[in-house]
Parts: sequence; structure tokens; C-alpha cells
Amino acid sequence: MSAIAPAAARTDYRVGPHRRRKIVNQIALTLSLLAMAFGLVWLIWILWDTLILGAKGLTLATFTESTPPPNAEGGGLANAIVGSLIMVLAATGVGTPIGILAGIYLAEYGQRTWLGHVTRFINDILLSAPSIVIGLFVYAVIVAKARTFSGYAGVIALALIVIPVVVRTTENMLQLIPNSLREAAVALGAPKWVMIWRVTLKAARAGVVTGVLLALARIAGETAPLLFTALSNQFFSLNLGDPMANLPVTIFKFAMSPFANWQQMAWAGVFLITVGVLALNILARVLFRQRH
Amino acid sequence: MDATLGHSSTIRDSQAMQMPEQPSVRRAGTIGDLIFGVATRAAAVITLLLLVGILVSLFIGAWPSIREFGLKFLWTAEWDPVQEKFGGLVMIYGTLATSAIALLIAVPVSFGIALFLTELSPKWLKRPLGTAIELLAAIPSIVYGMWGLLVFSPILATYVQQPLQKAFGGVPVLGALVSGAPVGIGILSAGIILAIMIIPFIAAVMRDVFEVTPAMLKESAYGLGATTWEVMSRVVLPYTKAGVIGGIMLGLGRALGETMAVTFVIGNFNQLDTLSLFEAANSITSALANEFAEATPGLHEASLIYLGLILFFITFVVLALSKLLLLRLRRNEGKRT
Repeated sequence: MSAIAPAAARTDYRVGPHRRRKIVNQIALTLSLLAMAFGLVWLIWILWDTLILGAKGLTLATFTESTPPPNAEGGGLANAIVGSLIMVLAATGVGTPIGILAGIYLAEYGQRTWLGHVTRFINDILLSAPSIVIGLFVYAVIVAKARTFSGYAGVIALALIVIPVVVRTTENMLQLIPNSLREAAVALGAPKWVMIWRVTLKAARAGVVTGVLLALARIAGETAPLLFTALSNQFFSLNLGDPMANLPVTIFKFAMSPFANWQQMAWAGVFLITVGVLALNILARVLFRQRH
Repeated sequence: MDATLGHSSTIRDSQAMQMPEQPSVRRAGTIGDLIFGVATRAAAVITLLLLVGILVSLFIGAWPSIREFGLKFLWTAEWDPVQEKFGGLVMIYGTLATSAIALLIAVPVSFGIALFLTELSPKWLKRPLGTAIELLAAIPSIVYGMWGLLVFSPILATYVQQPLQKAFGGVPVLGALVSGAPVGIGILSAGIILAIMIIPFIAAVMRDVFEVTPAMLKESAYGLGATTWEVMSRVVLPYTKAGVIGGIMLGLGRALGETMAVTFVIGNFNQLDTLSLFEAANSITSALANEFAEATPGLHEASLIYLGLILFFITFVVLALSKLLLLRLRRNEGKRT
């Protein structure tokens, strides 16, 4: 009987700090929930504006007519769309093989060599390096020497951005392949390159394709490296030797202008890029999930 | 005797019959290996040379300006293409200030998001929310920039800047901080847009490193009666410290080098007269984006490339640190579990 009173006092004494801990916990968790909501609000807000304003600016002429002169009616983005498609695809075509080969080196040949370690480290830095610096580099090496802005310079600048992305994903995907597969291939007498080409790379195919799609998505919206390489072109041109129109730089130019028609067209362009990039990302995810 | 001889000769025969074929297969193997090995190694070396090439070519391009202005370039604010006097202080200040504001906003928010995703979210929501955050990271920066200029800046001007100006108009320091034309363009809006851009990067890294914390550690703390917040702040955070800082540095690297999101909303005006967060300013990347294509070859162009070199150097150091911290976490992970 006499033990009850002290026990009650003791619980009182213990409940105080405990309640405070609980309140602190509640506050922290509420803030965390708010942070999540905060992040999602921006995503929804930006996507909503882009889709609504972009869809409004979208007409058939967007795909059939070239960019209009300032302060004029009508016109479209055909030259910019085609230019972007050509340069992005060509850059992926140039960058992917180099990226895949370097990724193979990192995963299959150079895991423990100094070249492997250094390349892996540098590649991860290039992955997040400012893309405008890549543009400066290509300007200094190619544009300044050739004395003209050109689609080729744009392709090379974009390809240099593709390489690190593909290297990273290829290496990661090859590392997921169990060593028993490699050992089985070698035990059957396959030379190393056959083992890599026909066994490990084949097994990692979906992952590697995912990486290429992500790289495509990354360069589709890149503006900075094109500013001093491909520049832009008011007219329809398929010649990579000349300055080439492309969506991002056109959007930049149009959005900063005071003309309503240009601004509306910039929204249409942003709509196209956003939808394209998100579609590529989702496609990459679905593809990857199906295989793994 | 005969039998053994005969036997051995059949072995020799069968060997002789296989001999012509096997070396050729093996040779194809070794030649293939040689070519393939060299090709992959060459690709790796190309990636490596890319970095060296960027550094060397920027240094050569910037050399006239480096020779002319030296390190004084870093703290001179004058930028006068007509008189050919250049200093990068305004742009360097703009880059650092916008990135600092971005980190100030993005770090707590990303931490909250990562906490939510690892500890609070119901299982069925984890995947879609994680994907949504990652998609936010995939949106091209030009979309953020344009949205910031045409949608966000007017809102910031009307609902934040003007009330603040009304409230602090006469106050000495605070008044100066919010002065400027009420258009919502400047350091602050660039910082906010950058924050929105880097939140997904930091949040994704934080979530990944929080998830490497061994479940046993967390469960032990819960078993001792710790609250979720206590487990997070006293067990998970100390354990993943290096990784968390690495994630923040990664975000910082992105923010420093971001071009389009900043160029749209910073106002592109070379001034350092006021400390106002709402006055048009300039950053390294926006100066490059706006001036480079029109710069006259010579000192102006070289000075812009000098700015690019400084930017590359800063981001290189930040990203290298981030990478080393993340690597350290991974090494510890192997040791402790």
C-alpha cells in the first residue's frame, strides 16, 4: 500500500520529460510532412503551368512553320524541333559507344587498377560539372578554330555530356551481374571479350538502354552548352556545318523577349521539352523495372 | 609395348587432328581480347582526358586575362568592356550568394523529405513519392528558369517584396536588404529557384544514405524507447553524417554551376552597390550565357573564360569533396555491419 504513492510520484516525475520528448517528436514529424508537401507543391505547380500555358501555345503551325521574326504573327518551331532532334540523336550516337566501352572498362577490366579508380572519380565529377563549362571547352577547341558556330560543335558538346551518364549506368548495371555468369562463360572456354559481349553485356542490356534513355533526356533540355556552339538559326537548316536552330536556345531567346507571340511559343517549346523528358524518364524506369 | 605405343599414337593423332583448329580459335580469342581491351581502355582514357582537356583549354583561353589582371581579378568589381577593365567580384559574389540562399532553403526541406520517405511514409506511398521527387530532378533547368521569370517573379514581387518594402522602408539595414524595383528579380528569386532545383538531388542522396543505416541500430534505439525523431537525430544522422554532407555538397555543386535557372531570374546587371536581395545582379554562369556569344575576341572573351575557369575550379573542389565523403560512408558501411 505504501509503495503506491511513491510510484505515482515517480511516474509523474517521469512523464514530464517524456511528454516533452513526445511533443518534440510530433513537431519534427509534422515539419517533415510539411517539407514533403512543400517539395510536391513546386512539382505540381510547375508542371501544371507548363502543361496549361504550353498546351495553349501549341498549334499545328508549331510543327510545320519555322520561327517567326520578332513582333510578327504566326510561325512555329519546326526548325528548332528538327534541329534539336538531329543534334540530340547524333550526340547520343557519338557519346553512347564511348560511354559503354568506358563503362565496360571500369566494371570488367579496371576495377582495381589506378586508371579505373581515377576514371571513376573523374567521371562522377564530370557527371555534375557545370554544362556551360563544357560549352566553353567546345567553343575554345572547335568553334574558335573553325571560326564559325556549327551544328557539329553542338553535337560534340552534347556528346560530352552523354558520356559520363552512360559510363555511370553501364558500370553500375554490369556490376549487378553475378560473377557466377562470368565464371560459367569462361569455364566454357569463352575469351574475355566474348564473355563480356555475349554474356554480361547482354544480361545488363535493359540497364544499359535505361542509361542511354536517361542521357537522352538529360541533353534534350540542355541549353547552356549550345549557347556558344550551335548558337541558333532563324531558318530551317539540315546542315550541321552551319549554326543550327534548337529548342532550348530558341526558348531562351523567346522567353526573354517582350513579344507576346514569342513568349507563347516559348511556352509551347517548354511544353514539348518537358513532356519529352518526362516520357523518356518514365520509359526508362518502366523498362528497367520490367527487367530487374 | 605395341599396345601402349599404339595407344599413345592415337592420342597423338587425335591431338594432331585438333591442333590446327585450336590455336586459331585461341588466337581469335587473344586478338579479340587485345582489341576489346584496348578499345575499352581507350574510352576510359578519353573520359579522363576530357577533364584535363577542359582545364588546359580554359587556362589557355583565359591566359590573356590571367596575365593582365592576375589574382586581383577575384576581388575587383569593375567590369567595363569598353575600357577593357575586368574584375569578377560581382559575378563571383552573385554565384556564391544565390547558392548560399539555395542551400539555406534546400537543406532543411530535403532533410524533411528524406525523413518522411525513410521513416514516416506508408509503404505504398514510398515508391510514387520517391519517383515524383526524382522526376523533379529530371525537369530541364530551362523550364525552372522560364517558369521563374514569367510566373514566380511577379508573385514574389506582389506578395513578398512589396509588403516587405512597405514594412521596412525606412529601417536602415532591413530597408536596404529589400530595396529595388518591385519586379521580383534578383539574388533572392534566383536563390529560391535554385533551391527548388536542388531539393530533389539532395533529398534523393539523403534518402539513399539513410537507408544504408543498419536496421539493427535503429531497432535497438526504438527498443530502448526512443521516439522517431530521436532515432533520426541521434542514431541515423550521426551514422550517415559523411553521406549527408556529401549529398549537400553535390547539391551545392549543382547550384554553383546552374546556368539557365539563374540567368532567367537574376536580372543580369553588373552592380554591387547595394546588398539588396531584390536588386538585379549577375552570376558567373549568367554573365557567360549573356555576354559570351557577343564578346569581342581578346581581353573581354579571355576574362569571361577566366570566370568559367574559376567556376570550374570551385565546382571541381566541391564535387570532389562530396565524392570523397560519400565514398567514406560506403567504406565505413562495410566495416560496421
